[in-house]
Amino acid sequence: MSLRNVPWQGVAALVLVLLAIFSPAFTTQELAALSAGGSGAAFPYAVTGPLMLALAVLAALTIVLRPRPAAEAAALFVLVHAAAWLLLGGIAGAEGGALAAYWFLLAALWLIAWRLATVLSSLRPAGRAADTAVRLLVPALFGAWILIVWEAVVRGAGIPFILLPPPSAIGVRIANSVPILAADVYQTIFKAVLTGYVIGCAAGFVVAILADRFLFLRRGLIPIGNMVSALPIIGVAPIMVMWFGFDWQSKAAVVVIMTFFPMLVNTVAGLAASGHMERDLMRTYASSYTQTLAKLRLPAAAPFIFNALKINSTLALIGAIVAEFFGTPIVGMGFRISTEIGRMNVDMVWAEIAVAALAGSVFYGVVALLERAVTFWHPSIRGG
Amino acid sequence: MTGAVVAASRLGLTFRTNDGPVEALSNVDLTIGKGEFVSFIGPSGCGKTTFLRVIADLEQPTAGTITVNGMSPEMARKARAYGYVFQAAALYPWRTIERNVALPLEIMGISKSEQAERIRRTLDLVNLTGFEKKYPWQLSGGMQQRASIARALAFDADLLLMDEPFGALDEIVRDHLNEQLLVLWARTQKTICFVTHSIPEAVYLSTKIVVMSPRPGRVTDVIESTLPRERPLEIRESPEFLAIAHRVREGLRAGHSYDD
Repeated sequence: MSLRNVPWQGVAALVLVLLAIFSPAFTTQELAALSAGGSGAAFPYAVTGPLMLALAVLAALTIVLRPRPAAEAAALFVLVHAAAWLLLGGIAGAEGGALAAYWFLLAALWLIAWRLATVLSSLRPAGRAADTAVRLLVPALFGAWILIVWEAVVRGAGIPFILLPPPSAIGVRIANSVPILAADVYQTIFKAVLTGYVIGCAAGFVVAILADRFLFLRRGLIPIGNMVSALPIIGVAPIMVMWFGFDWQSKAAVVVIMTFFPMLVNTVAGLAASGHMERDLMRTYASSYTQTLAKLRLPAAAPFIFNALKINSTLALIGAIVAEFFGTPIVGMGFRISTEIGRMNVDMVWAEIAVAALAGSVFYGVVALLERAVTFWHPSIRGG
Repeated sequence: MTGAVVAASRLGLTFRTNDGPVEALSNVDLTIGKGEFVSFIGPSGCGKTTFLRVIADLEQPTAGTITVNGMSPEMARKARAYGYVFQAAALYPWRTIERNVALPLEIMGISKSEQAERIRRTLDLVNLTGFEKKYPWQLSGGMQQRASIARALAFDADLLLMDEPFGALDEIVRDHLNEQLLVLWARTQKTICFVTHSIPEAVYLSTKIVVMSPRPGRVTDVIESTLPRERPLEIRESPEFLAIAHRVREGLRAGHSYDD
């Protein structure tokens, strides 16, 4: 076996683990206990330290020895996550005390996880289910390691809670605040966002059809719509609160304003997307305006309309949350973020951010799934 | 001329473009009788497609007169007097083959049971039985074009207008489709207007060949074919076939100025 074929992550990880082994200690507590001559208090990694190092060495050697990819992936998965679990478990309670060995080991584990993601990405499992599982595993691994490194760095370096809480604290906060978060999600997403999204998208769609039918609307309304889209949301939100009150209706109004224009522009563009030949064909059948619209132009516009629906799914969430900064009843995601940051409860702010990101992804995902079902015929979806 | 399917007299069409007027058709006199297979042949810019589009009421003539089935082209279009086959199949990718064939039937308000019957019959005519549930992008180019012919046949118009329908297909597929088209023409007794720029295709298919030339677009020769209606592919090596092809070629050469 030539050295050239050895994955560099394996070599680098091995070097880093060796550096960790020859470093004096994992934490300042351990250093203090050692200098006290063994009679000192218990310190982190007293038992788990050698175990962690052994796991890391095994993982690094696995990479260097290059077994079959499936076996390598399985071995690395178990070893690196066991080691990471021990590393994170030990630093809790010893925040800010991390020394060189801790950082070397963290870097080594991160490299091993990198190698694991590389191996998993190149796997070509035979079964359909297995293929889907691997495809989901790689992004899950990425996400998990962002959290692991975040947790390890924040705790190891003792970063103040106010600046950046560790993900575990955010998780605990989410788990302990489910009723509050649920009420906020219900207020902001199910009332304001969904109502505003449906009204805004429907209005944009209807106006686009009207503008297509009547030239004066197309000439007159599209430029005005353009201006509406340029309205600063920060300026509009307080006006909407004046008009529609403190409750969700004013937030829905902001969402309507934000989602209307993307839908209008995309639908107008989509209605012009059908080809000359296809339109001539409808003309040879003496097809009426509505028949051509229903059977040719709207299906041809579907990819454009779904683009607008996807853009609007994220815009709507931003609009509703920002609008809640300008007066709201004592519930809602934007309200919670603005008040909890004032009370220095940053973990709650992060909890709301996490929930908003999750809700936004689900919203977008549902629209994207719907798009796949409706525009299955489009080259971008059928692949070719 | 009450018996004529298409009758054009001193027909002219001038496009106004940014570079000045372009005479796409000038002084075209032509009569097409019922059951004829007429090919229009000529170099690009000779107005053959434009003439077909005038028959179909997709372009408006600027001079002369034209009748289709004794009516104006607009009335004929609204009476659904013709089926039109374009250069590309122009099938809707969101519809299966059978739903594509059903498209004109839906627009014309034909009942569901009648639709099913006609779809079955026309797909059989173009040899596409068994592909009803496929989407257009799952078929080859030749099959797509056959499906588009089925769509033009589905509502049983007596006139079929075909604008270089096989232009984008390779020679082997084209020969095969030409043969099938002749069989279809014999079975349905339709009048067919066929635009092409292939001399063998025009001679093989037609009872009448209209040779056209550009600048301005005009008819330079009308050749009545002496070939029998029954035409195996081998007929293309017969002296009679070659004589007609020679006359077409002469007509194309005479009408074309090679000064430029």
